[in-house]
Amino acid sequence: MFAALLTLVLVGAAFALALRCAERRLRAARAPVTADAIDALLPQTQCGQCGYGGCRPYAEALARGEADLNRCPPGGMAGVRALANLLGRAPKPIDPACGREKPPAVALIDEDVCIGCTKCIQACPVDAIVGASRLMHTVVGDLCTGCELCVPACPVDCIAMAPVEGRTPPPRPGAAARTQVAAS
Amino acid sequence: MRIHRFHGGMRLDLRKQAALARPIRPCPLPPQLAIPLAARADMAARAVVAPGRRVRRGEVIGRIEGAHGTTVHASTSGTVLAVEARPLADADARAGPCVVIEPDGADDEQRLPPIEDWRDAPRAALLERLRETGIVGLGGGAFPSAAKLAGAQPTLIVNGAECEPYVACDEALLRERAEEVVAGAALLAHVLGAARTFIAVEEAMPQALAALESALHAAPFEGAALAAVPTRYPEGGERQLIQALTGREVPSGGLPQDLGIVCHNVATAAAAWRAVARGEALTARIVTVTGAGVVEPGNFEVRLGTPLAWLVEQAGGYTARAARLLAGGPMTGVALPHDDVPASAATHCVLVLAEHDLRDAAPELPCIRCAECARVCPARLQPLQLLADLRADDTAEARAHALADCIECGLCAYACPSHIPLVDWFRRGKAELRAQAAARANADAARERYRAREARLAREREERLQRSAARRAELAAAQAPTPPISKDAVLAAIARGRARKRVPPPGGESGGDA
Ligand code: SF4
Ligand code: SF4
Ligand code: SF4
Repeated sequence: MFAALLTLVLVGAAFALALRCAERRLRAARAPVTADAIDALLPQTQCGQCGYGGCRPYAEALARGEADLNRCPPGGMAGVRALANLLGRAPKPIDPACGREKPPAVALIDEDVCIGCTKCIQACPVDAIVGASRLMHTVVGDLCTGCELCVPACPVDCIAMAPVEGRTPPPRPGAAARTQVAAS
Repeated sequence: MRIHRFHGGMRLDLRKQAALARPIRPCPLPPQLAIPLAARADMAARAVVAPGRRVRRGEVIGRIEGAHGTTVHASTSGTVLAVEARPLADADARAGPCVVIEPDGADDEQRLPPIEDWRDAPRAALLERLRETGIVGLGGGAFPSAAKLAGAQPTLIVNGAECEPYVACDEALLRERAEEVVAGAALLAHVLGAARTFIAVEEAMPQALAALESALHAAPFEGAALAAVPTRYPEGGERQLIQALTGREVPSGGLPQDLGIVCHNVATAAAAWRAVARGEALTARIVTVTGAGVVEPGNFEVRLGTPLAWLVEQAGGYTARAARLLAGGPMTGVALPHDDVPASAATHCVLVLAEHDLRDAAPELPCIRCAECARVCPARLQPLQLLADLRADDTAEARAHALADCIECGLCAYACPSHIPLVDWFRRGKAELRAQAAARANADAARERYRAREARLAREREERLQRSAARRAELAAAQAPTPPISKDAVLAAIARGRARKRVPPPGGESGGDA
């Protein structure tokens, strides 16, 4: 009886040791993830909602292991999952302190109200606004990442975010989706 | 010749007799044509005519941009009324750019000079001809043919196997115009430099096969062979046909070109031959109008841009039983909300089903993991797994499970005992994958602009610093030679100032001197 128990305990201890060694080795074998690889997954909205002032700095903080992976609302849950996959961490819901996941939108300047102050041009991180001093400004829709940084910058509140048609996915198939098949 | 088997597939009830009972009929010109500029949603097209312009049949009215670019032609003579977005024969009748033409009835045609001796013509000239006559794949893909023929390949397959129930336009073409198809096959083989050419039809098309045999006998060409493949849906799918004929499988994510094979539809071959030997642009195609919902089913030669409503009228109109309008066949077609959409080069079939043909009445049930869907899937996918991925909104997982390889044949949904609309999920998922790829490209471009801007701001900061440093240095330099001012000099200057104040300036009205 005692001998049997001892054997079991010893066998257990041996396996525990082996597992521990294996875990150490395998963890060491994992190459560190570069900031470039992380940056490639971020949506490049450059909105700073993550608290790092832009996608690249957030990628660097993630690479250093200093940041949580759920701080990018524009990337959405799909983005979190991709990051989790790359970093070998568990995905978690977007941190509400950073913002909410929203349907894609682009900025729209009310061109009748715009006074041409150039403040939005200075705010736009991706040069998506064209215009000159004291002339009407406009957003180039294809270039706008929807970061919303220009909205508070406008002194006359003439910039609004408009949802982009076609960039929102169609409804999920369900009872309404009817597949037509000829009975054979 | 040995015919191989592909995975999955099903024998379906063909129901083609109704449409094949009559010969191909020309569809009369409608009062108005709306010619779609791009038959595929992923192509950017632009009109090159303005409203008010008179055009002749065959004249270029639009261009599809890009490396795979081609042209779009007026399908009859008349006046351009508008260039505007119109609903297309596409999922949800999505709107796309169209050139609206009011026919003048003369149908006056402009043709390019025929290339009679195409056997001696250089490849580049023939490719250019296919590009400038707007020849695109007529099997439903509408991909520009010249782009598919650009590289030399050893094997050409001319695909006459339809296999989808109801669709009979290729069979009608083969029965009546087999010689054009054979001439087209010879032409495409010449352009490709192909040593082997298979012209494939289904076993269930004996008349078409006989017509092809006599046409090939009359005009034989090097390396040509006829093949009759079993009628097993989706035998007419490019990848399935390649496997049936060669026993080789197109790799996941790959193209037939990776195996040295190019596949063209029989109607495309005939259109290519007409473009080269007669100088005709692509202005019409054969469309099957059929189903229990139309009075007189049949095959029609239809000018591109003809409204489906007009086309159905030529087939005797709708029957009382008509319940659903589809562009395409019952398996791969899309349901249209209305018939005010034009036929495009991709419209091979207009199907009107009656209520008893539809299967929707059955409610959707949970997946019981019977794997019936995987058994029938010709792409060897695991539709049940893909469904789970997509239901969890996990497109990354779905991509890893090769969602992009789904050919949207619809068999999984057909076979599913739980009536799950699997193929609808996969169409949506594939669109989502494409949207993600586009978003990725946008993000990469945004990153570049962000970097460029950061670099510019840094440069400007640097320049500002340099400028102010330079100004400081200048000031310092200007001040340096002035010797330190002595107290006497200051006192002398003050005294000078006082003296000047006492004497008022000449003509000055300064009253400050109290
Ligand atoms: S236009 Fe406005 S919302 Fe769009 S990227 Fe520039 S700052 Fe952001
Ligand atoms: S056929 Fe339908 S029920 Fe069966 S495993 Fe596939 S999805 Fe599930
Ligand atoms: S629709 Fe796609 S997943 Fe379904 S059987 Fe066809 S190829 Fe397979």
